[in-house]
Amino acid sequence: MSSPAAQGLAPRRPAPGASAIAVEHGEARLGGGVVWSEVNLEVGQGSFAAILGPNGSGKTTLLRVLLGELALARGSASVLGRRPGEAKGQIGYLPQRRHFDAGTRIRGIDIVRLGLDGARWGLPLRPAQGGPVEEAIEMVGAGTYAKRPIGELSGGEQQRLLIAQALVSKPRVLILDEPLDSLDLPNQRAVAALLERICREQGVTILLVAHDVNPLLGYLDQVVYFGGGHAVVGPPREIITAPTLSRLYGVPVEVLETSDGRLVVVGLPEAPAHHSDRHEH
Amino acid sequence: MLAGTGLSPDLVSDFKALTAYPFMVNAFEAGTIVAVMAGVIGWFMVLRRQTFAGHTLSLMAFPGASAALLLGLSAAAGFFVFSTAAALVIGAAVGRSRSNRGQESAVTGSVQAFGLACGFLFLSLYSGVLANYETLLFGSFLGITTSQVRVLALVAVVALAALAFAGRPLLFASVDEGVARARGVPATALGLGFLVLLGLAVAETAQITGALLVFALLVAPPASAQLITPRIGLSIALSALIGVLITWVGLALAYFYGDPVGFYITTLAFACYVIARVARALRDRAGGRGPVLLGTRAAEGPA
Repeated sequence: MSSPAAQGLAPRRPAPGASAIAVEHGEARLGGGVVWSEVNLEVGQGSFAAILGPNGSGKTTLLRVLLGELALARGSASVLGRRPGEAKGQIGYLPQRRHFDAGTRIRGIDIVRLGLDGARWGLPLRPAQGGPVEEAIEMVGAGTYAKRPIGELSGGEQQRLLIAQALVSKPRVLILDEPLDSLDLPNQRAVAALLERICREQGVTILLVAHDVNPLLGYLDQVVYFGGGHAVVGPPREIITAPTLSRLYGVPVEVLETSDGRLVVVGLPEAPAHHSDRHEH
Repeated sequence: MLAGTGLSPDLVSDFKALTAYPFMVNAFEAGTIVAVMAGVIGWFMVLRRQTFAGHTLSLMAFPGASAALLLGLSAAAGFFVFSTAAALVIGAAVGRSRSNRGQESAVTGSVQAFGLACGFLFLSLYSGVLANYETLLFGSFLGITTSQVRVLALVAVVALAALAFAGRPLLFASVDEGVARARGVPATALGLGFLVLLGLAVAETAQITGALLVFALLVAPPASAQLITPRIGLSIALSALIGVLITWVGLALAYFYGDPVGFYITTLAFACYVIARVARALRDRAGGRGPVLLGTRAAEGPA
């Protein structure tokens, strides 16, 4: 099953002739079983893309491939024109949310700063203030609470600081695993809008895994929809349709649109669980 | 025992009395070294929620001392060897991911039981009595020699230098392991290295507080410091400072009143933690936890 819309993606701010993320004829295996195969996708630089699909369909597996943690069994993958894992310094990564418990008494600003120099050896020579750390905090609007212990902050506040941490090293690609998970609805909308702003203003390519596409729907250039061991790729309104998803799953699927423009997918078969997919990184 | 003079209101003469004997000077030096090392390494242990591992490493004093007895070595040497070996076993068995905390505590508990069983075996092979077991368990400040102080200082300098070098990646891996790995931090190796450092810190601390009371210096000062300030550098420095202060006061009280030093240090450490805890609760109730008003600076550090 080749994707009907793998080509012809139109990021709103196209970078000249370059794809940030590309997979060709990709096949991923976990524990001997094929998670997905014949996956073709291309995410243009500066575009905003979401990975969708039921639990266990291989969304996080794709992230692991792009981060260089898992090698493709077949096909090829590249990030910024290089092999996955070689572009580590240019990728900002947010794993699936584990929040800091109330006992974590480290300031938010110090957590953000770890994104800049946390991997460096030796004693820090400069104080945490100023420069890229403050800029990143400003960008996510966390200035008023960045100096409080992160364990005392709400889920939405922690998530903003973690996005700042991922942004502080000025990555060209930002990869997020379910960044809207466990946030309440207003925060889901606010974080989605924040990510879009970062994408447009900073020209950062954003690829995220989402459980529910609706908070993101107005912002996305592209979706990667996993199911049935394959994926379809394209603009959201072209992919999240009854014919495309029915073809992907091989069973009739309905897509309903509510009066306020939300999409509801009905009749998705739950994929056979690839347990390790969601729980391990 | 020692205390003939008693504490007087004249602090200068008290200080002179305290430092009149070389063994007391040695005790102060050793106590200071130990308190600093425990305060700094304990800070990371508390942050990493590895107090159970620390506790297990401290109990390696028993197999260490009894093996040393059997082989005719010093108890401290046996302790260092056993706590380091236990740290390596725990670290290796936990392996790649610390996200599986259940497995870590199961491995740690098994190592603890096995270590104690080995100690019992060594003791029965020796077919004698473990002399000075009270000192082993509850500490003493008597009879610390100048060469012991030198060994303590050397171990502390090496351990703290290693921590200074690896501190930032270790911090990153401690609060945010997944992201740290993605950024190229060798979290597995750092976790193993940290357990070895923790083993050294425990073995050092036990020379003053005894094996059972190491947490007085390894947990209470860092936990108090973390409650007082969320600033990393300040918090670590405060942790060492609290440890040093309670060690000095504990040694002085033990000198003047003759009760075991471990009791005083532990009591002071506990009191310190209770005060920090109550103060934190009062400040939180006073509005620290509420939404931050626009335009005001966020709460930071001790007021």
